[in-house]
Amino acid sequence: MMRALLLSAAALIALPVAAQDVAIVNAKLVIGDGSAPIEGGTVVVRGGKVVAAGAGVAVPAGIERVDAEGKYVTPGIVAAFSRVGLTEVDAVSGTNDRSAPRTRFSAGLDIAPALNPMGSPVAVNRASGVTRAIVAPGGSSNLFAGQGAVIDLADDMDMVTKPRALQYVAFGEDGASKAGGSRAATFLLFREQLLAARSYARNPAVLAEWGNDAMIQRADADALVRVIDGTTPLFIRVDRAVDIVNVLKLKGEFPAMKLVLVGATEGWIVAREIAAAKVPVLVSPLTDLPSSFEQLGATQSNAGRLKAAGVDVSVGVFDDDDAHKMGYATQYAGNLVGLTRVPGASGLSWDQAFASISSVPARAVGMEGSIGSLRPGRAGDVVIWDNDPLELGSRPTMVWIDGKAQSLTTRQDRLRQRYEIPQEGALPNAYDW
Amino acid sequence: MIRGVKGGLLAAVSLALVGCAATGGGETASASDKPAEKPAKFNKDPYPSTYKPYPGQVTAVRNVTIFDGEGGRIDNGTVLLANGKVEAVGGPDTPIPADIAVYDGTGKYLTPGIIDIHSHLGDYPSPSVEAHSDGNEATAPTTPEVWSEHSVWPQDPGFSRALANGGVTSLQILPGSANLMGGRSVTLKNVPSRTVQGMKFPGAPYGLKMACGENPKRVYGNKGRAPSTRMGNFAVNRATWAKAAAYKKKLDDGKAVDRDLAMETLAGVLAGEILVHNHCYRADEMALVIDMSKEFGYKVSTFHHAVEAYKIADILAKEGICSAMWADWWGFKMEAYDSVNENIPLVYKAGACTIVHSDDANQIQRLNQEAAKARAAGRRIGIDVSDEMAWTWLSYNPAKALGIADRTGSLKPGKMADVVLWNGNPFSAYTRPEKVWIDGALMFDANDPKRRPVSDFELGQPGEGDVK
Repeated sequence: MMRALLLSAAALIALPVAAQDVAIVNAKLVIGDGSAPIEGGTVVVRGGKVVAAGAGVAVPAGIERVDAEGKYVTPGIVAAFSRVGLTEVDAVSGTNDRSAPRTRFSAGLDIAPALNPMGSPVAVNRASGVTRAIVAPGGSSNLFAGQGAVIDLADDMDMVTKPRALQYVAFGEDGASKAGGSRAATFLLFREQLLAARSYARNPAVLAEWGNDAMIQRADADALVRVIDGTTPLFIRVDRAVDIVNVLKLKGEFPAMKLVLVGATEGWIVAREIAAAKVPVLVSPLTDLPSSFEQLGATQSNAGRLKAAGVDVSVGVFDDDDAHKMGYATQYAGNLVGLTRVPGASGLSWDQAFASISSVPARAVGMEGSIGSLRPGRAGDVVIWDNDPLELGSRPTMVWIDGKAQSLTTRQDRLRQRYEIPQEGALPNAYDW
Repeated sequence: MIRGVKGGLLAAVSLALVGCAATGGGETASASDKPAEKPAKFNKDPYPSTYKPYPGQVTAVRNVTIFDGEGGRIDNGTVLLANGKVEAVGGPDTPIPADIAVYDGTGKYLTPGIIDIHSHLGDYPSPSVEAHSDGNEATAPTTPEVWSEHSVWPQDPGFSRALANGGVTSLQILPGSANLMGGRSVTLKNVPSRTVQGMKFPGAPYGLKMACGENPKRVYGNKGRAPSTRMGNFAVNRATWAKAAAYKKKLDDGKAVDRDLAMETLAGVLAGEILVHNHCYRADEMALVIDMSKEFGYKVSTFHHAVEAYKIADILAKEGICSAMWADWWGFKMEAYDSVNENIPLVYKAGACTIVHSDDANQIQRLNQEAAKARAAGRRIGIDVSDEMAWTWLSYNPAKALGIADRTGSLKPGKMADVVLWNGNPFSAYTRPEKVWIDGALMFDANDPKRRPVSDFELGQPGEGDVK
């Protein structure tokens, strides 16, 4: 392990790093698809992709070999719903590109050019084992927030795995506020904008005919056409049970639309309806307070109950901090395992819990075939952990993204190293770097 | 984000270290010549605690791993609770009476209840509607006259979550951090009650919430008034302390004074009766506050949030000031930018008083998990933190900083039986409270759905009585 670490450190000096062919052996191997860990497992990554993973996998000749020494080896964490890369310091507005409350556009917004791979939150999240993230915009001046992306957290400039991977909209109290003050206004505005986009798709000249009366602008219409035909999944923040039911009904009018529910705090109350609609759900799983009147039924058993009803549940970190602490995904998933030991509560098995932060969110955004697990053909996003990854304080010792070994050093590490002995020496601390 | 608005406003600090010489400044002309007669005294306790321990049974837990809260650990231990107090703590041979409730703690852990030194439950309750926003009297930069207990809504469902999921048995409710001097705090026992008086920790000293940095200057700068800068923060603070010192001198000299609720609080601080809890993120600002406290003769109990405490851990140790910290929150505002995951263990390593706090209705449910992350971060850089020492961050140290360590915060005979039985190691993500006793009364039992408080607000609502 130490030799391998040195090797990868040396490799990192000459950035950008080429994808390595690497075999990680002697692993407690977690595929990430909900299957049980495999003792003594091997994963082989070639050309940036997983080519084989499991027990008894042969290591090709001439390939770099890393001995995991029996530690957990997993796919990288996929942050299920986040703003990673969109902000450095939330309260410093120049660094914060989550939302655009004064833009004249909405659905057409595309976050891709706002992402900053050099931001310190990217490195901090990477060092906690997060290799991919589903990133959504925060909001616009209108109902639709715009188009998010799936990104990688590698130490390079090319951050976007899939641009325009989702469209985001909030219903419930937030949506009502955006639409003019009521849920009725939200549903009508939503419908009218989609119908306008459909008319535009059939005859682009209608926009000129509508002139100033148009419900929608060209860029927004282009984006919504892709929502209507199912090209772009529509992520909908919704929490109140009856709001969820009403949102699911939208598929009646726009049947090709692919819905993903975000939040769904009261989802457990209508779990059967969600399961029947085959709509995946991203939850912030430890939400258990009635923070608003649309979250009265909040319980940490929401994820477990939804899963038991047959819903695809991903675990996200978005009701507290959605940009800086994606590493909480492992802690939250661990808490769901803990709930299986609480009388009357519902949680997830360890295997399900890990999948809920890897392959399940990948599936929700339509990328199960390319990221989120160590099945053959997926991106070579691999993490070796120093302990059970769902336990508190466990950390990655090595991380690969697309088969490239990653630096795990952060600005926070540099600060800590400077102040491990806070007293100043012969020269001020500023000379210690 | 919420923290920027509310949590950012939250940081207050207070330290109630026993023996911290709260009147150490000595420049308030109180020590030398005492007046022959005390001036007319105002009632210092006009809203007295009506809390009384609830009935409990004599209870023993055996075969359990005990962290005593002061750094001690007993494997295969026994604890005996009687008459609301810890009666005995010891090994397997500890005698217990016949015919009492005895629980087998095999594979389980027993600790003092967690004490959160920084909470806004009740004054920023759930649901967080505008009508409930009672934590910041943001109409003037110094409001030492307001008391957080007058904002606490006892029906906040957050109290029960902190009890059942977090094992929190006592907590300090602070005003927010919009103001330089936000008002008095109150320390509560985490029991349901019709009234806040029914929750007040009997005899706990009051605290004064103060706030450094971004929040006060932003809030008042945006109103076009002082302070709008950090130097303005200090100027307003110093002018207010100078006024308080003059007020206190009149009191000490036996002179008649007009009643002034703000000055009463500050005079109480200068007299060492009220403990200062100072929200302060940056190291350089904490150092300035320390000098300001010496200038006017008061003592800071605790710096709350203290994201940069690691940069001056030696100074904090020397000054005997506690730091109340998160494990890893960062980046939500500029003064939270230099956070490191090792902040808590580095403060601990320096020998300074170390506390894990929440400032949050969610995080208060997982303070044991926050301590676990900090402990692991420390071990990774070679700081030897045992589990039992890490528990001091959660109970005994906050009790000291609140001035209640002689009554709770550790499992010593004669102290309040504020106790949590965990269904596994509480530093694991897989562990939850199984039973929580407060003054020996069983207030939560995971095995009994009826031993789970349901607030008035939750009655008749979706999820009433659910596991949460």
